[in-house]
Amino acid sequence: MTDPTSQAGAPSGAATPAPPALSPENAAVIALSRKDFVSDQEVRWCPGCGDYSILAQTQKVMPDFGYPRENIVFISGIGCSGRLPYYMNTYGFHSIHGRAPTLATGLKAARPDLMVWVITGDGDALSIGGNHVLHSMRRNVDINMVMFNNRIYGLTKGQASPTSEFGKRTKSTPAGTVDTPIMPLTIALAAEASFVARSVDTHTEHLQGTLERAGRHHGSCFVEVLQNCNIFNDGAWRDFTDREVREDRMLVLEHGKPMIFGKDRNKGIRLNGLRPEVVTIGKNGITEADLLVHDEQAEEPYLALMLSRMFWPEFPVPVGVLRAVARPTHDQLITDQLTAAVARTGAGDLDQILHGGETWTVD
Amino acid sequence: MTTIQPAELGPDVQELERVTIRFAGDSGDGMQLTGTQFTRTAAVFGNDISTLPDFPAEIRAPAGSLPGVSGFQISFSSSDIHTPGDQPDVLVAMNPAALKTNVGDLPAGGALIINSDAFTQSNLNKAAYASNPLTDGSLRSYRVFEIPISTLNTRSLEGLEMTSKQMDLTKNFFALGLMFWLYERSMDPTLSWIDDKFSARPVIAEANKRALKAGYAYGETTEAFHTHYRVKPARLAPGTYRNITGNEATALGFLAASKLAGRDLFYGSYPITPASDILHQLSGYKAFGVKTFQAEDEIAAIGAAIGASYGGALALTASSGPGIALKSEAMGLAVMVELPLVVVDVQRAGPSTGMPTKIEQGDLLQVMYGRNSDSPMPLVAPATPGECFELAIEACRLALKYMTPVAYLSDAFLATGSEPWRIPDIGDLPSLVVGNATDAATFRPYQRDPDTLARPWAIPGTPGLEHRIGGLEKADVIGNVSYDPDNHHRMMTLRAAKVAGIADDIPPLEVFGPDRGDLLILGWGSTYGAIRSAVERLNADGKAVAHAHLRHLNPFPANTETVLRSYRRILVPEVNLGQLSLLIRARYLIDAIGYNRVRGKPFRIVEIIEEADRLLAENR
Repeated sequence: MTDPTSQAGAPSGAATPAPPALSPENAAVIALSRKDFVSDQEVRWCPGCGDYSILAQTQKVMPDFGYPRENIVFISGIGCSGRLPYYMNTYGFHSIHGRAPTLATGLKAARPDLMVWVITGDGDALSIGGNHVLHSMRRNVDINMVMFNNRIYGLTKGQASPTSEFGKRTKSTPAGTVDTPIMPLTIALAAEASFVARSVDTHTEHLQGTLERAGRHHGSCFVEVLQNCNIFNDGAWRDFTDREVREDRMLVLEHGKPMIFGKDRNKGIRLNGLRPEVVTIGKNGITEADLLVHDEQAEEPYLALMLSRMFWPEFPVPVGVLRAVARPTHDQLITDQLTAAVARTGAGDLDQILHGGETWTVD
Repeated sequence: MTTIQPAELGPDVQELERVTIRFAGDSGDGMQLTGTQFTRTAAVFGNDISTLPDFPAEIRAPAGSLPGVSGFQISFSSSDIHTPGDQPDVLVAMNPAALKTNVGDLPAGGALIINSDAFTQSNLNKAAYASNPLTDGSLRSYRVFEIPISTLNTRSLEGLEMTSKQMDLTKNFFALGLMFWLYERSMDPTLSWIDDKFSARPVIAEANKRALKAGYAYGETTEAFHTHYRVKPARLAPGTYRNITGNEATALGFLAASKLAGRDLFYGSYPITPASDILHQLSGYKAFGVKTFQAEDEIAAIGAAIGASYGGALALTASSGPGIALKSEAMGLAVMVELPLVVVDVQRAGPSTGMPTKIEQGDLLQVMYGRNSDSPMPLVAPATPGECFELAIEACRLALKYMTPVAYLSDAFLATGSEPWRIPDIGDLPSLVVGNATDAATFRPYQRDPDTLARPWAIPGTPGLEHRIGGLEKADVIGNVSYDPDNHHRMMTLRAAKVAGIADDIPPLEVFGPDRGDLLILGWGSTYGAIRSAVERLNADGKAVAHAHLRHLNPFPANTETVLRSYRRILVPEVNLGQLSLLIRARYLIDAIGYNRVRGKPFRIVEIIEEADRLLAENR
């Protein structure tokens, strides 16, 4: 039997792949550029769709990770987001509705050497695939899950999704949806994701930075990208993401920095009892020292959970990394158990196992 | 019981060819353990054996109640046997509920060993007995041995620091000891098993050993049993044997397949009766590189297996009917992306939750057709517990060679039943090695092997082969998403042709008995033993009846039609309402006659003989 720490069915003759080297040096050696990650497939999203930007930023950050192209896999479910793997010149698997995290879990368990991205949407991840989001996150499967949140079912032409506002009128809810929406980042945190972040399709630099952080994190990443569906839910996030208002209506999180926002950088978040509160620096004696300081590495996710619940118009919408903590990954724990078993008993002997228990011989 | 050569033996020993014992008691009485211990002892002694555990789905139904009865039947023999026996010769009933639910299967004259201590008014009420069967004469057609097992057992444990409840829990060993004496079995295997099992709890070990010996001594000293019985070892083919259940053999088969393929095994599964034991067993093979994944649900289990297969592992998932229903969409995905995968269905009685621990062959059409569109999958089904090993390997062979998901249909009878299994020589097993695609210059995702029609297995990590697959229809050869009408038709027929072509790569359907005649009994799966035994007896009576048993159900072996057309009538016994017979009629326009009993139990041999006789009589 093969060494259990080796990769299943790795290409014959190839040496056991080295652990992924996330280094600028490796990136320089491999020397890939954005265009190396553009596939020959014609992109078929609606003109003006936010997905174009997410695709472009994804392709842009890929060379920085230092992975050879063949060691990167994009897995998606069903929905408009599900088409993204076809446009990436890497390995790709467009699976079935909601189940991409399950394929990613199996692939990563079998092949820890691969960098695995899961591309999903609000319906795919939080409705039909909700269970798999929970469990891939709690297991700390080393995947980068990017959820395109447009608060609507786009591919099926405009039904309410789990993130649609309460009362939203859609084709399937002409009198308004009676379902309370869920907060994706709260779900991810409750599921023990080790990396939780949010960005916006049109905030290209911020999105690149966020994807880059996710790609470098070892463990379960959940990145919510607020994305515009200009056909079925145009302007879903406009109230706070538009250029003119975003500085006043969004809170860009930075680890170790006080939570300050606003065009004039004079607004902030402080804790009032158990609740966050928007304050103005310089008013009522408020100083920077009164503000909450962001800590994405906090052992307990209280702060991150609070941030995940803050939303416009009551609060500026937090973007950036809410949580990034280190804990052992699923594939590493599996591999460790195999290694320990071999250390304890030696590599498995099939003949011995077949003869296990009581045997007798007939001459 | 067939009595032979009594004259050669001493006055107190009778030699028998075959004995069938059923242990029945409350599900807390340890009947499965008792049966398993008797089985091990008989197997190591060299008898041919066949077993049938029969237990409730409830872990602990109310003590003494009818639904809480757990049974274990073992048949052991000095000749080749195929079934756990139609009827027990001996019934051990540990309480009134066990008596009530089982005595109907005991033939007149059969031995009934009863724990009389358990026949209290309260227990009689729980078993809904209006009067005490020990005194009302209702058992007079049996040879009844009333033994105060609880009392005698407790007495033998005097002086041990145990509660009376703990003492009572050992009474199954008393019953086992008595059966060991009755059938001349050594207590040694069980004594050493007890030492092993309870090494950390010496008092419990001592109590169980004392209980076992007390039961044995009771048989030896009491005058209740005038005779004890001998069943000589069977003349099995030379080799090294072990006792094995279908689930054990399945797990070992997959482990072997992983070695034969040179690929690490990935097993995604969600707990479900009666498939869970495969997960338990494989999870112990970490030193072989086996990765087991207990998923959050059935869908995740197969999804993860598909992901692992995509990564180059030998990937499997397992469930029973309800779980297979949940996996269906992903099975369709595996058909579409043409990745190797084995889907194990350990069938149980349905529909819906049905009777989870009981036997049925109800999922044949489900795995055959239970997906959207035409979604062909090869399908194999082992016929005996031991055969699960080779069919598990066969399922992997087909999956790897043809780049396809393969369904493997076991059932609750095979899964938990056991038989002696001749341990194969690893060197005799087939190589399952297949290569991965590596040549970037020639690689096309759906370029097929001209012989097998398999597409290449291009696993991530291979430079230059970056490509995209998925559930959307793909263009032939190139593999891009395609909505072209002619391409879709071509891909549909290619997928069907690939699976149909496997018919030339599997063994022909073999016939037991006359190669033509009045009647062929055609079976699949766990009905093998009952059909084969029935046909042996029919042939012994000079009747031209043959038996053929399908291990490959999709595609059928190439000679199937020729075989079927060599007989005037085709009888298809199934523990369902006629699924194989439907396939046979549809495929060959042959008037297959179903014999269908769906009682959660295996066929009895006599049922099949009677049905065959009925058809033979019609023939005249």
